[in-house]
Amino acid sequence: MKRLLIGNEAVAWGLYHGGLGLISSYPGTPSTEITEFLSRHDDIHTEWAPNEKVACETAFGASLAGMRSACAMKHVGLNVAADPLFTLSYTGVTGGMVICVADDPAMHSSQNEQDSRHYAIAAKVPMLEPSDSREAYAFARSAFELSEKYDTPVLLRMCTRIAHSQCVVEMGEREETPLKPYVKQPQKYIMMPAYARARHPMVEKRTEALRALAEDCPYNTLEDRGSEIGIITSGCAYLYVKEVFGDSVSILKIGMPNPLPEKMIRDFAGKVRRLYVIEELDPVMENHVRSLGIPCRGKELFSPIGEFSQKTIREAFLREGVDVGELPHAQGTAPQVPARPPMMCAGCPHRGMFYTLARHHITVLGDIGCYTLGAVAPLNALDSTLCMGASISGIHGFNAARGKETEGKTVAVIGDSTFMHSGMTGLVNVAYNATNSTVIILDNSITGMTGHQQNPTTGYNIKGDPAAKVDLEALCHALGINRVRVVDPYDLKQCEEAVTEELAVEEPSVIISRRPCVLLKYVRPKRPLTVESEKCRSCRRCMNLGCPAISMKNGRARIDSTLCVGCGVCEQLCAFGAIGGEEA
Amino acid sequence: MSVKSVMIVGVGGQGSLLASRLLGNLLTEEGYDVKVSEVHGMSQRGGSVVTYVRFGEKVYSPIVTEGECDYIISFEKLEAARYAGCLRRGGKIIVNTQEIDPMPVITGAAEYPTDVLEDLKAQGFCIDDFDALTPAEEAGSAKAVNLVLMGRFAACLNISKEKWAAAMERTIPPKYLEMNRKAFEAGYSGT
Ligand SMILES: Cc1ncc(C[n+]2csc(CCOP(=O)(O)OP(=O)(O)O)c2C)c(N)n1
Repeated sequence: MKRLLIGNEAVAWGLYHGGLGLISSYPGTPSTEITEFLSRHDDIHTEWAPNEKVACETAFGASLAGMRSACAMKHVGLNVAADPLFTLSYTGVTGGMVICVADDPAMHSSQNEQDSRHYAIAAKVPMLEPSDSREAYAFARSAFELSEKYDTPVLLRMCTRIAHSQCVVEMGEREETPLKPYVKQPQKYIMMPAYARARHPMVEKRTEALRALAEDCPYNTLEDRGSEIGIITSGCAYLYVKEVFGDSVSILKIGMPNPLPEKMIRDFAGKVRRLYVIEELDPVMENHVRSLGIPCRGKELFSPIGEFSQKTIREAFLREGVDVGELPHAQGTAPQVPARPPMMCAGCPHRGMFYTLARHHITVLGDIGCYTLGAVAPLNALDSTLCMGASISGIHGFNAARGKETEGKTVAVIGDSTFMHSGMTGLVNVAYNATNSTVIILDNSITGMTGHQQNPTTGYNIKGDPAAKVDLEALCHALGINRVRVVDPYDLKQCEEAVTEELAVEEPSVIISRRPCVLLKYVRPKRPLTVESEKCRSCRRCMNLGCPAISMKNGRARIDSTLCVGCGVCEQLCAFGAIGGEEA
Repeated sequence: MSVKSVMIVGVGGQGSLLASRLLGNLLTEEGYDVKVSEVHGMSQRGGSVVTYVRFGEKVYSPIVTEGECDYIISFEKLEAARYAGCLRRGGKIIVNTQEIDPMPVITGAAEYPTDVLEDLKAQGFCIDDFDALTPAEEAGSAKAVNLVLMGRFAACLNISKEKWAAAMERTIPPKYLEMNRKAFEAGYSGT
């Protein structure tokens, strides 16, 4: 079968054909589609876990049970799953286990630009890195064998460009792999000091064996094209190098960034006059090359920041005095135009609550999700966003530090999926270590930001089938919070009352701001609202909502009927009764 | 044949993903090596989005940089201007003249630059600007703007209408096929 596939679909097929029996993941751009594609198969177990640590440990359990398993996450997700990862390196696997991790150079959808290759090195596990969908399929597929043969989890590193770029992939058939028998192996799987001490030398031995493999494996390839320029590269940087040089320079393409093939690198360096190392993000391969005492050019030419392109490569080599042809001739220059940042949708249920918070001029510790967009003008309603869960733990520390001065003047906001991911533990801490903190759970009944994945609060599983549904009110009570109330964020009066009252009380409290995301299929838009021009006094109050459906035209507010879903929040704001719906 | 580059630009949610997949499938069927680079995630929330399609005998890079683009297909006026610097000398911009206000315009921090296409034309840009929204709505939905634009773009490629039809059948879910066919036809016959 030959098909045009994005990298993530190619990974999904690779895992499936490689005999995958279970995948447990937490969504995160650019890794999400791997698991979404796999969820279409009914002969394997697929699921959204509440977070990456749970996902990784679930995959571990399946591997222990003798099944080929995987988990997928974005780069920062591996921080959350790092704890199981480091010790999985010691236990090794029974069924092959693949951890897919997707980096996001240029931060298209992320809060940092960390390079997950450091994890492979630190945890001493092999990592594979494809540079297009074709390789993504092949590498994912072969990763299970690698995992089982060397008794180790395997990291499969993707990046945004590869995850979301398509090329034609030729695919094989699924390899059915029966469960391996379960045998109790305490020395291998119980990592208490006595047993772990015995495992560590095996990890080091395994690394030696993998180093030997690296010298002679299909992942690392040599393109010998003369001795003038030699380039060591990997991932999508390889594509840009090829785009510029074609077959005119020698290339050592690294598809297994950990462990690196020392002899191959030495031989390659010995053959070429000028050696370059070209890699996105950190100088991981470059540092290795230098540690072998081999001089090379790398990060002095190619930034550790952002994504590369053929232009990056061409410009750098022009500066080096290498003939790479002219830069392309543009027709002209683009004019300066206003930016178009992402924004909350018209009718987004987060808006009403953020409008309320903005009016209170309080400190808002934010979290990660669509509601992070509450940070931008005109709402400007956030003070911080660090990582998932940090809103609640953060407000606790903030209030502990400033006490009475800030208690009652701060709130934390967190989405339903993020609360399940890592907000609950923070809330326990608020109750247990007692700060007078107010937490607002923005419950839009879906994991919105990453494109609508189900989570334990929605009542549905990855396949859309009914599933156990967390009762958020009961959960918050159980975690030790006495004051828990629910408001409808489309009702500004309710929001205002709840925020005012909960800030005033002398104990921790939770406000659940509940209304499903407007983009959900079952949410029926209401009739669009209109502005009666004669009544509009141009006060611009409705503009403070930052609703994309409302704009000022000729000095009067106007509502775009193709965008408006009739949420009615602006109608409640207008002091002149200028906004309304047609009588039904 | 040298590699050709197409950029499909617009506002998140306008349907550029489908357009790029359609084009990708069509060109693959024609026997080209094809790379398509899509946008998922954060920027889809009403932000500026750009998708690349590159095809030829052998394509390495999935992205398009300044001065490299043969065709820019824009779903919105301002977005055509934003990416105009990517157009190579002699390239062409096909643009839906619809205006969608970005947040800085909505909040009054900036103005929508209405003359932006005229300025580009004066600089020598080859621009085919037309209203794709009306025919899309006539075909059944504002969401069909993507197919109207694809129909318009079809004239730039030497590929028969039957092959476009086959690619549409392969790419578009059956229940939306009829509407999209109509939209494509409107763009196609308008040229
Ligand atoms: C550790 C980690 N995993 C995953 C992500 C990707 N991510 C960002 S926001 C988000 C979920 C947002 O869902 P929710 O909290 O329900 O808010 P919504 O977007 O629906 O408003 C995810 C999965 C991340 N940033 N960090």
